[in-house]
Amino acid sequence: MSAVIEGHHDDHHHHGPAKGISRWLFTTNHKDIGSLYLWFSFIMLFIGGAMAMVIRAELFEPGSQIVSPEFYNQMVTNHGLIMVFGVIMPAFVGFANWLVPMQIGAPDMALPRLNNLSFWILPAAFGVLIATFFMEGGAPNFGWTFYAPLSTEYAPPTVTYFIFAVHIMGASSIMGSINVITTILNMRAPGMTLMKMPLFVWTWLITAYLLIAVMPVLAGAVTMMLMDIHFGTSFFKAGGGGDPVLFQHVFWFFGHPEVYIMILPAFGIVSHIIETFSRKPIFGYESMVYAIASIALLSFVVWAHHMFTVGMPIAGELFFMYSTMLIAIPTGVKVFNWLSTMFKGSLTFETPMLFAIAFVALFTIGGLSGIMLAIAPADFQYHDTYFVVAHFHYVLVPGALFSIIAGVYYWLPKWTGYMYDEFMGKTHFWLSFVSVNLTFFPMHFVGLAGMPRRIPDYAMQFADYNMIVSVGAFLFGLSQLLFLYVVLKAIFYGKKATGQVWEGAKGLEWTLDSPPAYHTFETPPNLESGEAKA
Amino acid sequence: MSSIRKSVSKLFLATVGMFLFGFALVPLYDVFCEITGLNGKVTGPTFSEYENVGNREIKIIFTTTNNDDMPWFFDSSKSQMRVKTGEQNLLNYVFTNTTNKPMIAQAIPSVSPGKGAQYFHKTECFCFEQQFLEPGESITIPLKFVIDPDLPKDISSLALGYTLFDITKDLVQKQASN
Repeated sequence: MSAVIEGHHDDHHHHGPAKGISRWLFTTNHKDIGSLYLWFSFIMLFIGGAMAMVIRAELFEPGSQIVSPEFYNQMVTNHGLIMVFGVIMPAFVGFANWLVPMQIGAPDMALPRLNNLSFWILPAAFGVLIATFFMEGGAPNFGWTFYAPLSTEYAPPTVTYFIFAVHIMGASSIMGSINVITTILNMRAPGMTLMKMPLFVWTWLITAYLLIAVMPVLAGAVTMMLMDIHFGTSFFKAGGGGDPVLFQHVFWFFGHPEVYIMILPAFGIVSHIIETFSRKPIFGYESMVYAIASIALLSFVVWAHHMFTVGMPIAGELFFMYSTMLIAIPTGVKVFNWLSTMFKGSLTFETPMLFAIAFVALFTIGGLSGIMLAIAPADFQYHDTYFVVAHFHYVLVPGALFSIIAGVYYWLPKWTGYMYDEFMGKTHFWLSFVSVNLTFFPMHFVGLAGMPRRIPDYAMQFADYNMIVSVGAFLFGLSQLLFLYVVLKAIFYGKKATGQVWEGAKGLEWTLDSPPAYHTFETPPNLESGEAKA
Repeated sequence: MSSIRKSVSKLFLATVGMFLFGFALVPLYDVFCEITGLNGKVTGPTFSEYENVGNREIKIIFTTTNNDDMPWFFDSSKSQMRVKTGEQNLLNYVFTNTTNKPMIAQAIPSVSPGKGAQYFHKTECFCFEQQFLEPGESITIPLKFVIDPDLPKDISSLALGYTLFDITKDLVQKQASN
């Protein structure tokens, strides 16, 4: 391990990246790998988004419109899988690669070659997953939660490819997390104690621990599926004495912490943006750290709130109901800290700040509908309706995705050295903001009225709202093409950015040039002089 | 840099540990269900007689279901009984292979409400046994059971459901992979 890092220093000390495609294939540079992750996630966003467009086109009017119910199920399943494992997670890993070393004053990630591997197996995993569309029996069609026996006894034969793909994604996340934790624990600049770390680094440290705790459990779950399908075991097969409900427990033991894996780094990004554009240090730094840690710990004891209707004893329902509601407390602490940071700040509203404020407002709506769902007796009404779809899209799209977009606008000038077009950025924001609400807010209403999720057709009384939702979804999809345009325009035609970029930005990454040199902080910055706390 | 090596090995061990924990959830789940009597999972035939026969009368409902497209005829001799707690009771189940090929089946029991499961004692039954029948063959198997006099007062009726699974393919597959 030491040879890797020292060799890396010696070989590349004074020159930039290699030329051509081999730069990207063999790179061990955290900035290159960060860019690879971000571009990968951007491409997957359009693939998963295209699937969402198919879903919304089918639901534009009641009745069977353009795709068969079988294909609709494949769309729903792969839209979920791609957005969760191919967009949100890799995008945050991309941010971690770019920012963690620069924010803690380290020269690179602790394990650069492992870093290369954990990125490059990811396109392989999604290649395998997407290839199933062209195989006999079609792609996985059992929902992103792949409940047994839908995903075992009744699954298309391609389920084996799906299992393989999930194994590779898991391996990639686990290697990435080991890398992040090792970097943060061992390579901080002298003087940067844990409680002086930037919040983004804190959120990723905790996220990485969550990933290491639950991704292996997911790997175990798909391994059990594999054995049930091919080796005659009966983990989930009722006919052999197994229990399909066991699958749901194992899956959600992974699945609920996974939800926080997808939102904690967002909290970090938004905290940085809000303090920059409020020109005030974040309010309640310590409480932010404790809030993140308590959310992470609580996430391990709430999983069965996804399965209130499965047939639990009343004691179980109550336990999972109250433990879930408890999470609202640390989350509320974070929301109030963001508001207090903005309170009496010298606010300006550049594009990153607009997205960050929208994040705070809309993520809170998603959080509140989450509390409604946590009420066990009420959940029997909401379960498997569009209300649930509205809830998790509010926390994932104007939640996680908006924070990613905000982060891209915020750090893009630092990464590329070029400023994006502020007018186009704001246009992108307002289009996204209006269309995201147009898409997901009416889903609450149709859900409460009883429209079930994952069904390609619906009763006539839901027609108007569904048409509004579909129009919103098409608009949101188109707005993201504008995002691609803004990013490309900045890279090719953007104005030169300064090192500081934003007037109020604080932190080690802003002490570097824009774009930063290929290798930065080869001698750690001195923090004892006290110039840099996040 | 040995601190990096130390971090990596610890994290790697944690990963392996959590992978094993995933599998440990299987027995943990079974133990949990057994203790709480959740899911109506029933324990095997354990005991024979009670000293003092209770005098509560309980209604027992029997249901039989064929899983998926399992073609066999499968039914119980009675659809419901009124029994006294602590007394031995008997009824018969009939299995008929209505197809023209030999098949193996297995019936999985479930008692509801779930918290009554641990008071439903079967002293002789076919639970979890594999039934092999030639084409057209029929078999009658008795079920003997006792209702525990400790059955909570708020339960006045119990339902015993059997679901019949076709496991012919699974067994062939298992033999092939062994």
